[in-house]
Amino acid sequence: MIKAILIFNNHGKPRLSKFYEHYNEDIEQQIIRETFHLVSKRDENVCNFLEGGLLIGGSDNKLIYRHYATLYFVFCVDSAESELGILDLIQVFVETLDKCFENVCELDLIFHVDKVHHILAEMVMGGMVLETNMNEIITQVDAQVKMERSEAGIAGAPARAVSAVKNMNLPEMPKNINIGDISIKVNLLLQRL
Amino acid sequence: MALKIVKGSIDRMFDKNLQDLVRGIRNHKEDEAKYISTCIDEIKQELKQDNIAVKANAVCKLTYLQMLGYDISWAAFNIVEVMSSSKFTYKRIGYLAASQCFHEGTDVIMLTTNQIRKDLSSPNQYDTGVALTGLSCFVTPDLARDLANDIMTLMSHTKPYIRKKAVLIMYKVFLKYPESLRPAFPRLKEKLEDPDPGVQSAAVNVICELARRNPKNYLSLAPLFFKLMTSSTNNWVLIKIIKLFGALTPLEPRLGKKLIEPLTNLIHSTSAMSLLYECVNTVIAVLISLSSGMPNHSASIQLCVQKLRILIEDSDQNLKYLGLLAMSKILKTHPKSVQSHKDLILQCLDDKDESIRLRALDLLYGMVSKKNLMEIVKKLMLHVDKAEGTTYRDELLTKIIDICSQSNYQYITNFEWYISILVELTRLEGTRHGHLIASQMLDVAIRVKAIRGFAVAQMAMLLDSGHLLTGNMQRNGICEVLYAAAWICGEFSEHLDDPMQTLEAMLRPKVASLPGHIQAVYVQNAAKLFATVLQKHEGATDSQAAQDTSQLLIERLPLFVQSANLEVQERASCILQLVKYIQKLQQKDVEVAEEVSALFAGELNPVAPKAQKKVPVPEGLDLDAWINEPPSESESEDEKPKAVFAKEEPKQSRARHIEVDEKELARRREARKQEQANNPFYIKSSPSSQKVYQDAPGVEHIPVVQIDLSVPLKVPGMPMSEQYLKLEEERRQKERADKKKKDKKKKKREKRGKGKRDDSGPESEEDITPAHQVDIVTEEMPENALPSDDDDKDPNDPHKALDIDLDKPLADSEKLPVRTHRREVLKSPEEDGDQDGITQEAKRRSSKEKKEKDRKSKEEEKKKKKKKHKHVVEEEPPEPLSEEPVQSEESAEVAAPPTSTSAEASDLDFWLSSAPVPPPIKEALAPKTSVAAAPDSEPDVPKDAEPDEEKSLKNKKKKQKKEKDEKKKKKRHHHHHHHGDGGGGDSVQNGTVEEEEEEEPLPPMSNYCLLAENSYIKMVYDIQGNLQDGSQVVVSVIFENKSNSFLKSMEFNVLDSLNSKLQRPEGASPHDGLVVPFQLPPGVSNEARFVFSVQSIVMPQKLKGTLTFIVKSEDSSTHEKLDFKLHFTCTSYLITTPCYSDAYAKLLESGDLKSSSLKLEGLNMPFHHLLARICFHHHFSVVERIDSCASMYSRSIQGHHVCLLVKTANQTVSIDAKCDEPSLLANVLDEIKQTFSQC
Repeated sequence: MIKAILIFNNHGKPRLSKFYEHYNEDIEQQIIRETFHLVSKRDENVCNFLEGGLLIGGSDNKLIYRHYATLYFVFCVDSAESELGILDLIQVFVETLDKCFENVCELDLIFHVDKVHHILAEMVMGGMVLETNMNEIITQVDAQVKMERSEAGIAGAPARAVSAVKNMNLPEMPKNINIGDISIKVNLLLQRL
Repeated sequence: MALKIVKGSIDRMFDKNLQDLVRGIRNHKEDEAKYISTCIDEIKQELKQDNIAVKANAVCKLTYLQMLGYDISWAAFNIVEVMSSSKFTYKRIGYLAASQCFHEGTDVIMLTTNQIRKDLSSPNQYDTGVALTGLSCFVTPDLARDLANDIMTLMSHTKPYIRKKAVLIMYKVFLKYPESLRPAFPRLKEKLEDPDPGVQSAAVNVICELARRNPKNYLSLAPLFFKLMTSSTNNWVLIKIIKLFGALTPLEPRLGKKLIEPLTNLIHSTSAMSLLYECVNTVIAVLISLSSGMPNHSASIQLCVQKLRILIEDSDQNLKYLGLLAMSKILKTHPKSVQSHKDLILQCLDDKDESIRLRALDLLYGMVSKKNLMEIVKKLMLHVDKAEGTTYRDELLTKIIDICSQSNYQYITNFEWYISILVELTRLEGTRHGHLIASQMLDVAIRVKAIRGFAVAQMAMLLDSGHLLTGNMQRNGICEVLYAAAWICGEFSEHLDDPMQTLEAMLRPKVASLPGHIQAVYVQNAAKLFATVLQKHEGATDSQAAQDTSQLLIERLPLFVQSANLEVQERASCILQLVKYIQKLQQKDVEVAEEVSALFAGELNPVAPKAQKKVPVPEGLDLDAWINEPPSESESEDEKPKAVFAKEEPKQSRARHIEVDEKELARRREARKQEQANNPFYIKSSPSSQKVYQDAPGVEHIPVVQIDLSVPLKVPGMPMSEQYLKLEEERRQKERADKKKKDKKKKKREKRGKGKRDDSGPESEEDITPAHQVDIVTEEMPENALPSDDDDKDPNDPHKALDIDLDKPLADSEKLPVRTHRREVLKSPEEDGDQDGITQEAKRRSSKEKKEKDRKSKEEEKKKKKKKHKHVVEEEPPEPLSEEPVQSEESAEVAAPPTSTSAEASDLDFWLSSAPVPPPIKEALAPKTSVAAAPDSEPDVPKDAEPDEEKSLKNKKKKQKKEKDEKKKKKRHHHHHHHGDGGGGDSVQNGTVEEEEEEEPLPPMSNYCLLAENSYIKMVYDIQGNLQDGSQVVVSVIFENKSNSFLKSMEFNVLDSLNSKLQRPEGASPHDGLVVPFQLPPGVSNEARFVFSVQSIVMPQKLKGTLTFIVKSEDSSTHEKLDFKLHFTCTSYLITTPCYSDAYAKLLESGDLKSSSLKLEGLNMPFHHLLARICFHHHFSVVERIDSCASMYSRSIQGHHVCLLVKTANQTVSIDAKCDEPSLLANVLDEIKQTFSQC
């Protein structure tokens, strides 16, 4: 089981938090902080597994994370999950984000956290891995986006225009904070998925 | 009015959306909290509006704020409103918010039940999907109960997208509503063979998750998972299954034996590291469960260790970490194989990655031996020096102690060395583990009598040196050591050279700064030392020294009398008075030493930590009984008005209670005394035996004090542990030399015959004798200790409720509650909802059926069948199979109840015992001749490498036979009954072979047929279609070495035809053979798989091939070859696929199928045997069976449907068949005919 999925940046600012067990908001923030603390002090090129996240229960649990440019993707899982499998899952997740946002960068995650949630929902459900095939995930996500568009129809047009105008006032809107090198070595699992 | 609406919608355009909110927060970095609070106010306004779009937008923003740590539970009702929007866009926003913040305590959650139900049955698959996803996060017991049935229906949805989500969410439902597990399980099991890989994977996921917690209930699924494991190519599924097997093998060692082979094959063949790693892990689990080092498994261990070494040596830190992790599992059972990689592991201790260092430390634990312990600990001590960061250093410290103390100090040959190590460790700054070191010191000093002299000397030095006292509060942890030091010095004070000096050290004013509990020990042990000093001076007429000692105590103790700590104060004042009294006596020249030391007489025995718990409860003692009458309800009610009116009555009644109690108490007190008298573990006042110590040989080389300031860990005035290394080496060398001398002498005496005696090379473990004649006192246990109690399970574990036997047939009452129109006021779900549920369900079904009937009323007959059939499924599960659950193999073996569940159990047994090797199969095919006929006369003669397995097989067979008889009897009985009923319940749906078993056990069958054979080797093979790839079949060939020589370099080659080709690795020419990935020692068999691609599957065909191999005997090796013909029957292109009767009916009606038929005459076998044979040999499944008529279905790898209608009457079987490919059908029918002509 996956207990929680957290994304935060190099400064510990949460970009997505998904807990598959209920905690109240304060404890959630505490967990995010603690996890950030644990993960951020690790060097690059050390292993991606960490034992002893104190807050998300028990010794059975492990933190499995990957660091991409400005973002940490952290999965807290128990012993039923395969460590390398989860690493690959993170990779699939990031690649899927990359496809869905076309060159994903931290800003995409900041402004469209709902979309990220929807994409994640096609991969992991209630703490269990639902789908690992990237094409399948993207197909489902796209189909839902299409549905949303068709529902918005003409009514949605003015809103979109307005948001375009709003974005025009943002000269400093950076476009290319790319999430970086996502072609991290994948443990060959993907090749056969 | 209209204007207002327009205005509203224009306003709305300028409402903040999520992006604006985020942007705003980013622009208000300095006063973020304030900005957000204004935003929340805006959101509250927005939520008050009627427009759902505005609300949805607000909820969307709230979801973001929730992530930042703001509580949004106040908006729960608005979230529900948004969830119930008809637009997918808003619905999704609502469900997302709900999944982030709803939980069991959210009260509005009960309002959602109907909305969710509506969404679940929505025609739009994404509505359903979103509802399922949301529900998976906030499902409550109530929701689970109310929606379980709806979700179960979704498990058979037409869209795989919904199916997989429904399957997955069932796990959550089970957790919240355990009653649903049994009714839903059959369908879940079915989904393991779903055509969609995603659904299949979800089902595997759920079952693995369930089985991990309660593995024994899922043992019966092992054959199914085994099949999946060998056929699936999805690595995710494989990993899950392999992990599951890892959990199952400890329960069933035979399963492990069966697994080893396919797992090793996977290890060899897979290129995915994750899969390889999990395989290795499970092989390790298997090896652990087999425990006894069976000779033929050493290869597997070697393989694992070798693969792990590759992982550890990899530059990828992740692989290194996992390699070490898995290595530590092997270590527990096969330490030898890991020990050879000591170099590698020690190397990992220097890794820059802390996770890896910790893992390596874990491994060290098992790598030590008597030989290398000192060396390893020395290395660790160096690391302790270097380590930065206290956590890692503390970890090192605990590991050093763990390593040394493991299994009762098994590996310590020199306890002086160990004490020195402990003393050195006290130099650690700021460790939290002072108490660990202390308890080790105590343990060693108490249990190793020979070391006491040395230990006391060391402890006296610790007390004396005072370096532990000087530190500030940070070093608090380490001062625990003084606790041990003081106690040891006091308790074993007779070993002290200068007790006076130690006494003085213990009474220094600085001691008062120590924690209270340590001071208390100081005071108490000062008294013990005092007694020793007195005794020492008694004989020597020197009364002055004794009096000086008393004076010292009288001067120093008041300091402790003032202590704020109660314990210290009490002890100090007590002892102070005692000493004053003694001083008075001394002044009168009275001999007091004897009496004073009597205060501390008696020896302490080490008692096992669990000893107290294990004292059995004596007969007649009820620990749960009330000692006093429980306070009655009325009494507590009386409590309040007591002040108003005090009555006489209660008083009287209470007095009566007391009387009773006193009698009872007296009785119990007596019993307790009796008990204490009989119990050796109550410290009795009887004078104990004098403390007798053997003189420790070797104590004479207590090392000379050596001061070297460059060594940081050195305690001044303390011996260095390192010296022991040298000493030990010398000692061993000497011993070896001595031994050699002796050996030589012996040899001379024995006339040095027998050729070469292997030079003992590196000394073996046993050669190392401990330096001291050490007797490690074992910990005491009560004589009649209870067997180990292992209920360490967490009572709050939600999975405990899921420990449900799944093999037991469903009872009528076990139904998922179904919604009724009027839901009665809360009743218990099982009893009541069920009754309703059944009728309701039945009604619904029948009305549905009626409609159908109207629509196409042609095939009345069929409809009836279907109806009947549905009936059966809904109301009663296939005939009650058993009354008793199959717990595990043991229970079946012990009691083999005459119920037919044991049929299922023996199914598993059969599957487990018949390895895919020919000999057992042969045996199985003729059970009566070879096994049942074999009497018990020669069961003890070990014929085989695995005699006990064979034996158990035999036993099983016998049991099966017995069961058969009993079952037959029962069956006959049953049949009578059954005819009376009118024969309704006999139909079987989607039955596979197992379910048929209930009638009469089938003769065991095998699909393996002979491929070729010569004097060296025998090959049998089976062909299976590949579910994932429509153009491939897998040929499994079992090679059996029949010769006495080693067979190696086997190469399997086939002459490809236009239609069928052997799949060769890339780059190989079409004439190259495939190397068989193993070698065969004499008498061993192993299985290899070869993939063939085929184009057309409508015709059977034969392929010619050759197997070449090298026969290697002791002196020569020869090339041999064996020709064979692989026969691809059309049957082998068929895959067992379950089919529902309605789908089947539709298929037949579609008219696309061509028909053909077949008659078999003079067939004398029960109908269900016939069906089972068709199922087994030709990969069909039974769709429906009514009396002597059955419909069957199968599908080819290329998707051709094959339908059979099998009827039997008077030994004649007629098979009507339909298929969309006539020539395929004709061939299949031919093959069926052939099968039955053989028997």
